[in-house]
Amino acid sequence: MQGETYEESAVKQASVVMNAPGGRTTSTSYDVGRIRKDFPILAAPVNGKPLIYLDNAATSQKPRVVIEEMNRYYFEENSNIHRGVHFLSDKATQSYEAARVKIQRWINASSPKEIIFTRGTTESVNLVAYSFGRKNINRGDEIVISAMEHHSNIVPWQILCEERGAALRIIPMNDRGELLIDEYAKLLSSRVKFVAIMHVSNALGTVNPIKTMISMAHEHQIPVLVDGAQAVPHLRIDVTDMDADFYAFSAHKMYGPTGVGILYGRRALLEAMPPYQGGGDMIKSVTFEKTIYNDLPNKFEAGTPNIAGGVGFGAAIDYLDHIDFASFSAYERELLDYATEALAGVKGLAIIGTAKHKAGVISFVLEGIHPHDIGTILDDDGIAIRTGHHCAQPVMQRFGIPATARASFGLYNTKEEVDTLVRAIHKAIGVFR
Amino acid sequence: MSALRELYQEVILDHNKSPRNFRKLESANRKIEGYNPLCGDHYTVYLRLEGDVIRDISFEGAGCAISKASASVMSSIVKGKTKQEAEELFTVFHNLVTGVNDADGELDKLGKLAAFSGVSEFPARVKCASLAWHSLHAALSSNDNVVTTE
Repeated sequence: MQGETYEESAVKQASVVMNAPGGRTTSTSYDVGRIRKDFPILAAPVNGKPLIYLDNAATSQKPRVVIEEMNRYYFEENSNIHRGVHFLSDKATQSYEAARVKIQRWINASSPKEIIFTRGTTESVNLVAYSFGRKNINRGDEIVISAMEHHSNIVPWQILCEERGAALRIIPMNDRGELLIDEYAKLLSSRVKFVAIMHVSNALGTVNPIKTMISMAHEHQIPVLVDGAQAVPHLRIDVTDMDADFYAFSAHKMYGPTGVGILYGRRALLEAMPPYQGGGDMIKSVTFEKTIYNDLPNKFEAGTPNIAGGVGFGAAIDYLDHIDFASFSAYERELLDYATEALAGVKGLAIIGTAKHKAGVISFVLEGIHPHDIGTILDDDGIAIRTGHHCAQPVMQRFGIPATARASFGLYNTKEEVDTLVRAIHKAIGVFR
Repeated sequence: MSALRELYQEVILDHNKSPRNFRKLESANRKIEGYNPLCGDHYTVYLRLEGDVIRDISFEGAGCAISKASASVMSSIVKGKTKQEAEELFTVFHNLVTGVNDADGELDKLGKLAAFSGVSEFPARVKCASLAWHSLHAALSSNDNVVTTE
């Protein structure tokens, strides 16, 4: 259906030379120049300068194939899915459901019934807190989250705890931004009924040892939700291998559109859970006396969904599927190391988040210059970074800072862009000298 | 670089580096917190009101150069002014940073506030520049003790 478009795409060209003779294992031939051509926005200047987009942890840019596929859907297939007997409704349903299967395979879930379309990671977490939480969390129970969570994996659990009379327990972290696994083990008492942790930190870049943490909780029969929003663009996700009970993520951080995300849930858990919202599409039959709910996944998908978004998400998965992830990972590692070294060399600059295992995210502070002023000055050179608390105020409190500046990398970033970033930081220092 | 120079004028850089009236005011009879939840800028503004007159003013807290310099310039400019004079200055200042009105008629009223003329080119920074003023306005007009930019 979309084959022609990405036959033309250059991403297939990417390859990696592992264990090259006499060389290091990370010698790659990842062709970032070809990848960049897939992203039209990179060709549009900002403030008269070439765009250097380093705000990927907030949202990634979209490749042409995703934009074109969403356009194609609206041009050729637009109609409402499910139940329609006409030609277009059938086409739209097929495209939407095909996307669900692509996503299922991408994260290695065992059935498309375990793939619930949502508005994004935040709604996915809220769905579990509302539906699973209200049914299973009671007075005196505890929910364990970590010190590095995004507000979206804190607040839904706080609301639930308040409503149910339960308590929140926090896994602490060290000064490098690594969770203290020994402390986590101590928290896992018989009172704990749920664990919710992020896979990759948006504020620090830390990659948490998620498989170990899940298995530790499972030893106590505690289900685990993983906030995968920041992991999906950097890592290959296998929910079966990691044995996650719930895995939440968004399309827009992995080169798909905004407004669509996924809740993966283990089938037995989802089946036992009450609906999250009532409405159309989530029912089998309705009378004023009684409603029979629909089967998975529709039970959790009330109302007309973001169909074009789902279709675009499918196209993003196809795009990623044509990229050799091992090759990209090696490239990203090199870029992260390069940027870390370059930034650490700037006088007065401190990197916040120095975990051993990190994704392509660098948070930093500059002595005497507030992150917002850094952001404004970098923007003048066409450099987009994020400044502020990154929706992780407890992380800022942990490190005793009001905010950080954050550069986060995507498929298309280069060492040359890092060089420009470092030059612009020196310019900011010059302004405030 | 020119829009940037307009934003980070000497006056702003100076007040950011050495903010005036940057302390707790022990004799204050009004105190208000100003907070920008989007970026975490956070200040406390202290006032010593005597009748209608702002007899003394100070502030504490942390934030970007624009918000800190704005609080500093504001504190030096409204000291000794009446409530009404301070509110009028806020209106003039607000017009300046939002680019609503750059009529020459208002320029003479601005004094040091003119240093913030570059802010209007940076819509994302208007809240930084006006945070302290919103706090002052709230302190003068009500007894609430927290004001946010949202």
